Amino acid sequence: MKINGIRSGLSALAILAATSAPAAWAEELSYVSGAVGNAIENFKKTVKPWEDATGHTVTIVPMPASTSDQFAQYRLWLAAGTADIDLYQTDVIWAPQLADHFVDLTEAAKDLIPQHFESVIASQTVDGKLVALPLFTDAPALYYRSDLLEKHGKAVPETWADLTRVAQEIQEAERAEGNADLWGYVWQGNAYEGLTCNALEWVKSAGGGQIVEPDGTISINNENAVRALEVAKEWVGTISPPGVMSYMEEEARGVWQTGNAVFMRNWPYAFSLSNGDDSAVKGKFDVAPLPSGGEGSAATLGGWNVAVSKYSTKQEAAISLALYLAGIEGQKATALNNSNLPTITALFDDPEIAQQVPLIPRWKPVFEQAVPRPSAPTKGKYNEVSARFWSAVHQTLSGDGSAAENLELLELDLDDLKGSGW
Amino acid sequence: MTTPSLGRAAGPSLQQRRQKAAFWFLAPMLIALFCVAAWPLLRTIWFSFTDATLSNLYDAKWIGFDNYLQVRTLSSGRTVLRGTLVDPAWWNAVWNTVRFSLVSVAFETVFGLIVALVMNAQFRGRALVRAAILIPWAIPTIVSAKMWGWMLNDQFGIINDILLNLGIISQKIAWTANIETAMTAVLIVDIWKTTPFMALLILAGLQMVPRDIYEAARIDGVHPVKVFFRVTLPLIKPALMVAVIFRILDALRIFDLVYVLTPNSAATKTMSVISRENMIDFDKFAYGAAQSTLLFAIIAVFVSLYIWLGRVDLSGDRS
Repeated sequence: MKINGIRSGLSALAILAATSAPAAWAEELSYVSGAVGNAIENFKKTVKPWEDATGHTVTIVPMPASTSDQFAQYRLWLAAGTADIDLYQTDVIWAPQLADHFVDLTEAAKDLIPQHFESVIASQTVDGKLVALPLFTDAPALYYRSDLLEKHGKAVPETWADLTRVAQEIQEAERAEGNADLWGYVWQGNAYEGLTCNALEWVKSAGGGQIVEPDGTISINNENAVRALEVAKEWVGTISPPGVMSYMEEEARGVWQTGNAVFMRNWPYAFSLSNGDDSAVKGKFDVAPLPSGGEGSAATLGGWNVAVSKYSTKQEAAISLALYLAGIEGQKATALNNSNLPTITALFDDPEIAQQVPLIPRWKPVFEQAVPRPSAPTKGKYNEVSARFWSAVHQTLSGDGSAAENLELLELDLDDLKGSGW
Repeated sequence: MTTPSLGRAAGPSLQQRRQKAAFWFLAPMLIALFCVAAWPLLRTIWFSFTDATLSNLYDAKWIGFDNYLQVRTLSSGRTVLRGTLVDPAWWNAVWNTVRFSLVSVAFETVFGLIVALVMNAQFRGRALVRAAILIPWAIPTIVSAKMWGWMLNDQFGIINDILLNLGIISQKIAWTANIETAMTAVLIVDIWKTTPFMALLILAGLQMVPRDIYEAARIDGVHPVKVFFRVTLPLIKPALMVAVIFRILDALRIFDLVYVLTPNSAATKTMSVISRENMIDFDKFAYGAAQSTLLFAIIAVFVSLYIWLGRVDLSGDRS
């Protein structure tokens, strides 16, 4: 009896202590995100001020670099309604497919929304519900070795044909000088979402449309698209290593950053990494918009967002973290650490960012004209549309059927998939 | 009245009581097996007849055989067939899986037999060699797939480097990216990984062979090759057949190696990989369930055929 009394007295005391000091009520949040480059280390730096201010802590759960794999894991967790993950870092194209599982942030973020680009907020709004808040946006760049271009007296290529020629010439000249491992151009050719981005740029810049148009029509089977894929097919094994067909972002960066590529197509995150102290290309490169295929340059719109799981038991703290990360402080830290493009309009004019990551202010026009992937018109079927597209492109590039044949079949497949409507 | 009746009339016989006891001892195992094997299997088969999606598992509607095969009439009057059974991607996966299984199991059996014969011989440090040879089998598949992925890499992979320095190839090969070599790459890694397993099972069979048979053969002056084919092979056949069954079962449901080494490559996509892709990536859970059910059926057919053709004795009664 007596012992029991003491025990219950003690536990009551403990509860009292905990509730009377709200500042000490520290939540442990789980934040899941893909691990590309230094993203994980930098994330810890970015959230430190928020952790200090609120007393909460954030554990980061790293995911594979392939966004297709990340998505599959997210879908499993969310379908099972797990409470283990509080915040998800989501790709710009996932909002329509995962909308049901996330908290509506419209009310919580009403002061923050007007600071962001309208198009980015719109991409994360599904049926009037703000599914996720933008962390950063992405528009790829053509990275080029300024030292090699200067040495061989070449200008930065403005069309894909130029790029092919310049890459070939520099590659041959450098190899003759004993630089045997040098390749002309590296990009992302693995059969995954990244190939959809790459191929969309070739097709769009050649006037071949954007696979599925905003009104839902399937436009991919046309002469310009066929031509664009045929140009790209010529690269594999000539100016691009045959292994490019299995490269994702990090593999391409691996070749580039060891000084073995003249050109690379990659997202802005590679900018600060390529300028790191362990980089063989530090100070020897610059970036330009992607070349044109005759109809102007096209850059696929990327970008990452943060969403709060509706199954989380710590939603209040989670929303506070989401607001911090998408706010001016969080976005500025991400821009400085990762060279990611902010989505807050004002940050493009920030002097500190302009000085440390000169890429960002220059990238504003590129981002403003970026091409979205057809995730909005195809809704829940986007993944399958994208998988069919990247498979058709991958087959074409590996020589399994011609571009014309594969795109014709793709059109048929997409038509079946569409049925009576997306 | 008080005379005790004879035991036989009093209750169940000894045999019956033993059977009853055996049942109770088996019951926990049977229940566990039902929960972890039969129930998920039945659920999957049930899902394959519904329109379930990952986000709507419990309110799924029964749609019959539509996931397998359905005839649809378009507005233009044209009729088309839809469903897994007419899906070229599925049949490509079936062909990949069967090809992979036959080739990998054939190589593993031959290599496993050689390794087992070596390990069965008396030599110094045999225990150490036996332990060392098991290492590839002990490494988790994900780890070995990743490790081989790096070794087979076209730019910095050691395999290309060795072959290039030996002058066997003139240009670096993109093993996992090239559609012609992707399957070879998967086969190399699987054979490397699973040969020890095969060797171990065959070794167990070899050790059952009585030594005096060999002695008799030696005294009679029979050629060692003839001894192998006339004495060793027939005697280890039962063990060999069981080992091959295990491997075929395993090979037909290959998933992790392909998923890590050559993701999304149509040249290596197997039945398990394509079924997972439909279930999770494309949110067509029921369609993926139909493919899983077909996978189960195909494995069942393969194993029954094999047991029937090879007259494999799984009960171990015959000796």
